[in-house]
Amino acid sequence: MAEPRPNIVIRQTEAIGRSVIESIETVGQWAALVGESLFWIFAGPRLNQPIRISIVVRQMMEIGVMALPIVALLSATIGVMLALQGIYTLKIFGAQSQVVLGITLSIVREFAPLITGILVAGRSGSALAARLATMQINQEVDALRVMGINPVRYLVVPSLLAMVIMVPALTFIADLIGLYAAGVYVTYDLGLSQAGYWAQVLSYSSNRDLWHGIGKSVIFAVLITLIAIVNGARVKGGAEGVGRATTRSVVQSISAIVITDMLFVYAVTS
Amino acid sequence: MSEATDELVIEVKGLVAHYGKRKILDGIDFDVRADEIMVIMGGSGSGKSTLVRQLLSLDRPTSGTIHVLGKEIAKLGTVERGEFYKDIGVAFQSGALFSSMSVGENIMLPLTEHTKLDEQTQEIMMRMKLEVVDLAGFEDLMPAELSGGMTKRAALARAVVMDPKILFCDEPSAGLDPVVSAAIDDLLLRLRDALQMSIVVVTHELESAFKIADRITILDEGKVLMTGTVDEIKDSDNERIQNILHRRIEEETLDPDAYLERLTGIDVKAGAPL
Repeated sequence: MAEPRPNIVIRQTEAIGRSVIESIETVGQWAALVGESLFWIFAGPRLNQPIRISIVVRQMMEIGVMALPIVALLSATIGVMLALQGIYTLKIFGAQSQVVLGITLSIVREFAPLITGILVAGRSGSALAARLATMQINQEVDALRVMGINPVRYLVVPSLLAMVIMVPALTFIADLIGLYAAGVYVTYDLGLSQAGYWAQVLSYSSNRDLWHGIGKSVIFAVLITLIAIVNGARVKGGAEGVGRATTRSVVQSISAIVITDMLFVYAVTS
Repeated sequence: MSEATDELVIEVKGLVAHYGKRKILDGIDFDVRADEIMVIMGGSGSGKSTLVRQLLSLDRPTSGTIHVLGKEIAKLGTVERGEFYKDIGVAFQSGALFSSMSVGENIMLPLTEHTKLDEQTQEIMMRMKLEVVDLAGFEDLMPAELSGGMTKRAALARAVVMDPKILFCDEPSAGLDPVVSAAIDDLLLRLRDALQMSIVVVTHELESAFKIADRITILDEGKVLMTGTVDEIKDSDNERIQNILHRRIEEETLDPDAYLERLTGIDVKAGAPL
C-alpha cells in the first residue's frame, strides 16, 4: 500500500532542501573540475599524458577567431550607442566635451568584458554544453574512460585553457573596436580630431582600468566553461535532454556573468 | 579454435550495486577465464549492463570485490586506472564512435594517446585492424556515414587496436539483421582466435550466445541464476532458466493488477484512494 502524500509544507521544505543540496553539489563539482584540470595541466606531461596543444588551438579558433566578427559588430554598436547617449545626456549640462571620459571607462571597465562574456556564453558555452551532453548520451565519455583517456584532461582542460586565453583576448579587441567606433561618432559630432580623441582616451584610462576589464573576463571564461561542462555532464534523456542542458547552460552562464560582474565591481571599487 | 585455460582474468565476489536506492546487483559471484568467451544473458532489468559497468569500473560497487587481471579495480587511483584500461577493449552497444572524427582517427585515438608510435606506424596498425573487421578502405568515412553493422565493426576495430587482454562487447548484434548479426558472431570468434583474448559479451540473442559462448552466465533480478557451458545451460531443469531461454512470460507479468501495482505502488486490489 502506498504511503499518504505529505502535505504542501513538507513538500516545499523538501524541494528547498533538495535545491540547496544540488547547489552545494554543483559548487563542489566546479571545485573538483578546477582541481582536476590543474592536476592534468601540471602533472600530465610528467605522467606521459600531456594536454594536446592541437586540441587547445582548435578550440581557440572556435571560441576566439570565429567569434571575432560578431564581437566586433556588437562592440562597435555599443561604442556608437554610448557616444550617442553620452552626448545627448551631457548636452543638458553643457558638458558634452566630457563624453570621452564616460565612454572610455564604460567600455574598458564594463561593456567590453560584459558583452564578450555574454556572446561567448551564448555561442561557445552552449556549443560546449551541447557537445558534452551529446557525447554523454552516446556513451562517448564512457568510451574515453575505458580507453584510459581521462575526460577532464581530454575534454575539459583544452576548453578551459582556450576560454581563459581567448575571452580576455576578445575583450581587448572589443575595447579597441568599441573605442574606435565611439571615436568616429564623437569626432563627427563634436568636431574633435581623431588624435585629440585618442589623446583624451589615453589620459582618462589607466592600466588599472584595462586590467579591471581583462581580469573580469578571465573569471567569466572560467564560469562559462564550468557551467557548460557541469550541465553537459549532468544530461538526462535523449535529444530533449541535450536541448535542456544547453538552454540551462546559457541562462546560468549569463546570470553568473552579470552577478559576478556586480560583485567584482563592488569588491574592487568600494 | 583456442582453448580457454583455468587462469582467471576476472573474479567477482559478493558484488552488490545500487542505482539510487534500488538494488540492481545482489551478491554476484562471477568469473571469466583466460581466452574464453563468456556471455552474460538475462532479461531486461536483470542487471547485465550494470554488471559490465562495474567490471569496467565505470560505477562504484556498494560492496564486494572485483579483480580484473589481478587488480582490485575499486582501489585503483586515477593514473593506475588509466594504465589498467590499456589492457581492456570495449565495444559499446551504440558503437560510441566520436562523431567529430573519421573512422580512421577513431581507431588511431588509443594509439595516439598511449603510444609513442609515429603517425605512419599508427596508420598501418589502424589499417590492419580495419582489415580484420572487414572494413578496409573505410577509414576516411565519418561515423554518421556508416551502417549499423559497419559501426559495430568499426567500434570493434577501435576496441582491439591496442591488442587488449579482455574485450567487452555490449549487445554486439542488437538492431542488426540476422545475416549481419551472424557475421559479427563469426568476427568475434575470429578475433578471439587471432588475438588470444578473453571476451565478455552481453547479449539477449540466444542464437548468438549459443554460437559463440564457451560459458554463459544467466542473470535474473540482480542475481546469478546459473553459470555453465552452452550444453549445461540448455539441459538445465531450472524453470526460470527455461523461461528465459524460451522467452516464457510469467503469469505475474500478465496480471494487470500486479502490473499496475508495480508501476504505481498502489494496492489496486485493495482499492485505489480517490
